[in-house]
Amino acid sequence: MSVDSATVKKVASLARIAITDADADRLVPELNNILGWIEQLGEVDTKGVEPMTAVIPNTLRLRDDVVTEGGQRDAVLANAPQGEHGFFTVPKVVE
Amino acid sequence: MSDITDLGIAQLRDGIRQGKFSGREVADAFVVKVSRAKALNAFIVETPEHAIAAGKAADEALAAGRPLAPLAGVPIGMKDLFCTKGVQTTAASHILEGFKPVYESTVSQKLWDAGAGMLGKLNLDQFAMGSSNETSYFGNVISPWRKRGSNAAMAPGGSSGGSSSAVAARLCPGATGTDTGGSIRQPAAFVGISGIKPTYGRCSRWGVVSFASSLDQAGAMARDVRDCAIMLEAMSGFDPKDSTSLDLPVPKWEEGLSSDLRGLRVGVPAEYLVDGMPAEIAALWQQGIDWVKDAGAEVVEVSLPHTKYALPAYYIIAPAEASSNLARYDGVRYGLRDLPEGANLQEMYAATRAAGFGDEVKRRIMIGTYVLSAGFYDAYFTQASKVRTLIARDFDNAWAVCDLLLTPTAPSAAFALGEKLADPLAMYLNDVFTVPSSLAGLPAMSVPGGLDKDGLPLGLQIIGKPLDEQRVLNAGLAIEERAGFTARPDAWW
Repeated sequence: MSVDSATVKKVASLARIAITDADADRLVPELNNILGWIEQLGEVDTKGVEPMTAVIPNTLRLRDDVVTEGGQRDAVLANAPQGEHGFFTVPKVVE
Repeated sequence: MSDITDLGIAQLRDGIRQGKFSGREVADAFVVKVSRAKALNAFIVETPEHAIAAGKAADEALAAGRPLAPLAGVPIGMKDLFCTKGVQTTAASHILEGFKPVYESTVSQKLWDAGAGMLGKLNLDQFAMGSSNETSYFGNVISPWRKRGSNAAMAPGGSSGGSSSAVAARLCPGATGTDTGGSIRQPAAFVGISGIKPTYGRCSRWGVVSFASSLDQAGAMARDVRDCAIMLEAMSGFDPKDSTSLDLPVPKWEEGLSSDLRGLRVGVPAEYLVDGMPAEIAALWQQGIDWVKDAGAEVVEVSLPHTKYALPAYYIIAPAEASSNLARYDGVRYGLRDLPEGANLQEMYAATRAAGFGDEVKRRIMIGTYVLSAGFYDAYFTQASKVRTLIARDFDNAWAVCDLLLTPTAPSAAFALGEKLADPLAMYLNDVFTVPSSLAGLPAMSVPGGLDKDGLPLGLQIIGKPLDEQRVLNAGLAIEERAGFTARPDAWW
């Protein structure tokens, strides 16, 4: 499988990365080179093989459903590029 | 007195306890060394006050007759991937420039609890994506090593290149690293130091900037095996804040060190003898085999048949996880925001991420997004995850006939900065020997074996069974004792 400029732009849009037409054109051969190389995985017979989900056998723990660390609004907002009245602020979403 | 900065972690720890020098003297000596080594660009931020405070705390404890913590007064370098409270943490990216965490990572907290001090935050490949330290927003890290008769700037390896450069230049006796596909072992090999990545889950990932969560694992980098054992002991341990943290006691690795390998079987995987392996690497590998035999081990040939598929599987799995992990950088909660005039929310996200991520990070996010997108998920991501199962199974089969594996760490010595930058694939191939054990979550370490014809260090890698860091360290020690590696770079910086 290989990508063209339109696919690269689609992927960039899905990844929320702004790119110019020139960026897209530059990325086409770069990505195709890498994708062409990873294509070789297709030749491995994986019939009946389970995909790995955990590298070391480990069971997920459960904890009581209670607040452990609350009331830290100012710490949460401390690094926000823009915050007002105790909220994160973003450009207007609803007209 | 000889130069304090020539001492390693164990010697500094013991010397402070014995009153040979004070914690304050140790801190001051390294602080000065760091401040004079700007040419290496190993540090993004220097924190002399943190190191000095730890030195003073050790002196006060000693004066008061209180017991000293395991690393009391030992100053270290912290890879800038670990969140440090109130100290800028960037992952070497523009998107996190100025980010001052309001919390401390578990691993760094454990080191401070053990009495260590921080000399500064170490440069790295951006979001730990790279093998040469050329993707940092804060500039390339330069290796203290140079080819004999050349002044060309050499790569310190990556992604923990600030860590490797700083330890090799003796700016700090030890440093934290993180390893996703070889980011501790390859840089350690490039600069002639030791580095260990423990079993996945030994070190908490909490507060470590995420790259590929199923692979990321912190570890220790230092000048010798004992120092790695001491540091890793302080960094490891169960953490309820990381769901993949192993709820197991931390072994006393330093106490357990022994270079007697009698009764152990060391496997040599045939598939690691790759086409075009430089003769010097092959010769060093043979030398390593002779060394472990001399230490009493039995050497057996083993087969890891899916080795050649490890790198392509890694370059699907790691970018896929990265594309998901790095979705958090949206210009809303922390870090950079780029809001073009009149932009809406979606345009703000896209502009912020375009401005904040470097080229390699964007490349990997794009690949990850593509392999996870509708219609391609099974062909790429599911297939790679199945191949990962087969790679782990190869190792399981090998453990039926051996206890450890011995391989070269990297397919070449350090290369010059810029040499592989134009070809991402050539750069990726540098991780060919380190990636398989990362995919299988196994403990692995690199120890220096010797120098190549240009006078550059070469490393040997030891891979162990899950949770068997002790034997990995022991084999490392056996090689270290026999290699007698004492070479160090001339101080040109």
